[in-house]
Amino acid sequence: MATQEAPAVPGRMAALGAWIDARFPMSTLWKEHMSGYMAPKNFNFWYYFGSIALFVLALQIVTGIFLTMSYKPSAEEAFGSVEYIMRDVEWGWLLRYLHSTGASAFFIVIYLHMFRALLYGSHRKPRELIWIFGVLIYLALMAEAFFGYLLPWGNMSYWGAQVIVSLFGSFPVIGEGLVEWIRGDYFISDITLNRFFALHVVALPLVLIFLVVAHLLALHEVGSNNPDGIEIKKNKGPDGRPLDGVPMHPYYTVKDIFGLGVFLVLFAAVVFFAPEMGGLFLEAPNFEPANPLLTPEHIAPVWYFTPFYAMLRAVPAFAGTQVWGVLVMFAAIVVLFFVPWLDRSPVRSIRYRGPIYKTALMLFAVTFIMLGYCGLKPAAEPFKTMSVVGTLYYFVFFLAMPWYTRIEKTRPEPARVTK
Amino acid sequence: MSALARIAAVFALSVSGIAHAASTGWPLQEAGTDVGSLASLQRGARNFVNYCLGCHSAKYMRYSQLAQDLALTEEELRASLMFTGTRIYDTMESAMTAEQGRQWFGNAPPDLSLIARSRGPDYLFTFLRSFYADPSRPTGVNNAVLPGTAMPHVLAPLQGVQQPRFETTTGEDGREVRHLVGLDPGGVPGDLPAAAFDSFVRDTVAFLEYVAEPHKARRQQLGVWVVLFLLMFTAFAWFLYKEYWKDVK
Repeated sequence: MATQEAPAVPGRMAALGAWIDARFPMSTLWKEHMSGYMAPKNFNFWYYFGSIALFVLALQIVTGIFLTMSYKPSAEEAFGSVEYIMRDVEWGWLLRYLHSTGASAFFIVIYLHMFRALLYGSHRKPRELIWIFGVLIYLALMAEAFFGYLLPWGNMSYWGAQVIVSLFGSFPVIGEGLVEWIRGDYFISDITLNRFFALHVVALPLVLIFLVVAHLLALHEVGSNNPDGIEIKKNKGPDGRPLDGVPMHPYYTVKDIFGLGVFLVLFAAVVFFAPEMGGLFLEAPNFEPANPLLTPEHIAPVWYFTPFYAMLRAVPAFAGTQVWGVLVMFAAIVVLFFVPWLDRSPVRSIRYRGPIYKTALMLFAVTFIMLGYCGLKPAAEPFKTMSVVGTLYYFVFFLAMPWYTRIEKTRPEPARVTK
Repeated sequence: MSALARIAAVFALSVSGIAHAASTGWPLQEAGTDVGSLASLQRGARNFVNYCLGCHSAKYMRYSQLAQDLALTEEELRASLMFTGTRIYDTMESAMTAEQGRQWFGNAPPDLSLIARSRGPDYLFTFLRSFYADPSRPTGVNNAVLPGTAMPHVLAPLQGVQQPRFETTTGEDGREVRHLVGLDPGGVPGDLPAAAFDSFVRDTVAFLEYVAEPHKARRQQLGVWVVLFLLMFTAFAWFLYKEYWKDVK
């Protein structure tokens, strides 16, 4: 015998596996979601961000657990305990920077992941629920980031929370009561900090994990979309497997490890050499403890909220209330839920769409970044006008979608996936 | 302020984006510090203890960490940098209490642990060099970077007291407005020539930068290795990916 096969005698590990399988569907789950899950073989650059987002979630949970071991959620001690982590806890500075950089990285990855869906129509039938779970994840992530941002109890944390919480006060009649209910006090106080801590470390992580599981289950139920926007299930081989599919494991596990490596190089470069990211990830005023009597020179939310902050400021007061800006801001999120039904194009992927959608989507990406930039700047010209134009286009892109995607001539989709 | 008024004020602020306590626009000079220079940090530590610690604390900075990072023995530290009665694991507390600060200066001097991260080294460098004579102030001095500061000119014996140069312009409403346009060496000279004073301030600011993030140097040293490792890891991951995918058409 020249070549030797693996021995057929089951080893101890195999015996353990069989023991578990008789009691828990371990092999079945592995097969269903990894080794037997057929993913299209033509994933490109845009398909790395799902697995990277999952990694960042895990990173935030693990670093968060260790930070919680030394953090003190009280107005008296919070700021000092963060400095204690930065200076006295072994590797504390690394945990803290991984967590603070991870928060921003999470949003970058999620924004790219969402953009991918708009590129290739990944939200279209039958994947509407995947998209809806995804938007819910995005919402939960925003809440998670907002609650977490108060915890260092720096002056920007304090005033940023103050500004965002008081937005709810603009609702007529219930506004004031609502704001007091959120804060649990007449101003942002120790009580607010405590409840934000509870929400940040227990409530929202649970919600996020639940939603991520739902997102993945829905995805694996219908199968992944791909850059051509066609169903690989339509072309199956004699073994019943899609001809254009490859098993998730090992093909996409090895590919995603490579993608993760590239991400980690960039991520580590920020963590170790620019954790403040020029004041975008950690702002200078946040190195001063919260001071209810001293407003920072310029209050702006963290960069990942600024597109919506720009929309809020773009809407003028009307009929004696500012509530319209708040409503527009919320509407900007709500409209996302309807995208699967707003898009009426006969094809999914941008590859087979005409110039209208291509232009509209590129313009949308530019607008979103522009709005984010305006939200970081003081509300003065030219940013005011830019915010108004940006806000209008944001809504035009979505609300006019049923019309411009339907009238546009598309190219025929291929029968099989292309490179 | 009532709760309602406070909400209204915050909301107006957020929506209109009116900046509070706007900066003076006094140009900041580049600090040009070298946080990597042990000698500069040691001189800065001495300056800090002699001139700042009397009123300002650095309450998150431990002497033991200082000894380790500035390559000082406990004896050296005790002899030159620590007050009697403090222990090596204590943090750099000021001899003056916040209450005394309020009584004597009208304001508790801020803790300086993180001042270099909240204001930046250029701000500190310029601030410390920009005191000028102003008889209208209780301290006899004012500051071009932070007008109306409660801080006296602690470094006057070294720098001397600068004289302000004003320019008067007529505003749109016809009223005359006085602008501070420059600072000149005044009648009272200091012990240090201008260049020596600048390097004194530069060392002090470098020390404050170190104090704001003691592990920064270690972070950057380690970062080089982490990034190199990850680059190598990614290269191997690339070959693994290519190996697995070579048969997929």
